[in-house]
Amino acid sequence: MHYSPPPMHIPDGFLSLTISILCWILSAAVIGLAISKTNKSLGEKQIPLMGVMAAFIFAAQMINFPVAGGTSGHLLGGALAAIVLGPWAGMLVMTAVIATQALLFQDGGLVVMGANLLNMGLATAAVGYGLYRSTARQSKSVKLGVIGVAAWLSVMTGALLTALELWLSGVSDLKVVVPAMLGVHALIGLGEALITVSAVAFILQTRPDLLAEGSESAKGSGAWVYVGGLIALAVVVLSPLASADPDGLNRVAMDLGFIDTAQSASGPLAGYTVPFLASASASKIVAGAIGALVVGAVAFLIGRGIKAKSQA
Amino acid sequence: MHFDAFDRYHAQESFVHRLDPRVKTALTIAFILSNALLPDGAWLAYGLAWLSLLTANYASRLGLGYTFKRSLIALPFALIAVTILFSMPGRPIFSFHLFFWPLTITDAGLLRFVSILIRSWLSVQAAILLVATTRFPDLVHALEHLKVPAILTTIIAFLYRYLFVLMDEVFRLLRARESRSAAGAGRRSGGGVFWRAKVAGNLAGQLFLRSYERSDRIYNAMVARGYAGRLCTLNPHELKSSDYFVAAFALLLIGILQAIGRF
Repeated sequence: MHYSPPPMHIPDGFLSLTISILCWILSAAVIGLAISKTNKSLGEKQIPLMGVMAAFIFAAQMINFPVAGGTSGHLLGGALAAIVLGPWAGMLVMTAVIATQALLFQDGGLVVMGANLLNMGLATAAVGYGLYRSTARQSKSVKLGVIGVAAWLSVMTGALLTALELWLSGVSDLKVVVPAMLGVHALIGLGEALITVSAVAFILQTRPDLLAEGSESAKGSGAWVYVGGLIALAVVVLSPLASADPDGLNRVAMDLGFIDTAQSASGPLAGYTVPFLASASASKIVAGAIGALVVGAVAFLIGRGIKAKSQA
Repeated sequence: MHFDAFDRYHAQESFVHRLDPRVKTALTIAFILSNALLPDGAWLAYGLAWLSLLTANYASRLGLGYTFKRSLIALPFALIAVTILFSMPGRPIFSFHLFFWPLTITDAGLLRFVSILIRSWLSVQAAILLVATTRFPDLVHALEHLKVPAILTTIIAFLYRYLFVLMDEVFRLLRARESRSAAGAGRRSGGGVFWRAKVAGNLAGQLFLRSYERSDRIYNAMVARGYAGRLCTLNPHELKSSDYFVAAFALLLIGILQAIGRF
């Protein structure tokens, strides 16, 4: 069986360490929240359910349909997972899917996994569920229409985040990477929207109870409408801005210390002073401290090794 | 479908296979972190990092071709970084026209582009080595020891366990679609793109329902066998003296790599 990776997984090496760590912190915070929320509301029964649902998303990504010229559309699943399982459980399921893709298939890196989780799992679920939740009292056709828009926007959100992370890492040019990522994913998002809409329509027709009042799907709080709406709005506003005024965003990123002003001025090594630690002496102190830490850890491990050997 | 059709574990009797999964996982992450920290153009450090990978590869008896073939997976992503070839200010080394578009490759851009590719390639190889020498359930168990929340590792363990079952389900659905998609000679089967997308969506919905109902059965069966909310394992991981020594040696090596790369 051929496994074809969806095109949004960032491999290790393509993001700067600062951005990788920031994304990890953000993702870990959201996932931690999701865990505490699901632990509160779900029984032990839900854990096998979420596991099988994670396998479902993974397997559903293999269902494709021919578009034209040998290309095919397929599912990423963030919005669908959040809509059918509820937002928090959907996020955990997507986290498991993305982690497995990175661990088992090297599809997406390990140190940059925080970014991949944020782009493809957490943001997509928030946008997808938020917009869907806003249609709680609407008719079926309105619901399905909004789901389509939500699924499309969820893919665009992931694409924009990916583009911004690559740009902030100094790996790609803002005025190229944003239009390129958004352009490609505008089409991929269309496939996502079509599959998500008809999958939900199918479930509404055959098992309406799974999405009805009182189901896990409907239990997400109304605040999701604002969260999802805000992210969607940010994407809609930021996308044309990033394409039309890259210099403005560049300036903001420099002011915030993400992009080193020296990066473009004094050659290859400039991008590698640790941000927030601009002066050379501070960087040296940090390097020295890390060195001391490594030596200490090595000594500790050798000590434990000798102890384990004498006990064996 | 056979359960290991997706599995990247490469059964072999070797020193690296016998190392504790926790040590292997932690060292892989440390190695990838170290790669991310190496500056552009630290050729000597890259070379030594690759040499240590080759040594680990040799010790694991996987064969060179094994990791090499799989290490190319991240290559398509390099496309995204191509623009820095032209956009980094520096001494121009090569100019050409793409259609009507004048492009100039600069030395700084080339240096950064090649460095990104090498760092990424080294990292991917380390990850491949990890999964090729560690059984996936052991890997998940190691993650649990490394403080990944139990709910996530349990979901991942279930995902791995049932992925193969659900893939079979997908193949059944796709085969059923194929067998009903006949067409007369010279005529296209099925409707337009939207119709085809709708069918694919229906299949996804159907797969969801089958998975959902199956998870009910799975849970009942697990309860029948005494499941109480926690997965148990028969092989508790225990760190041997060799695990400590390897960890110490590898950490030292990473420290040296960093020192060489930076000074």
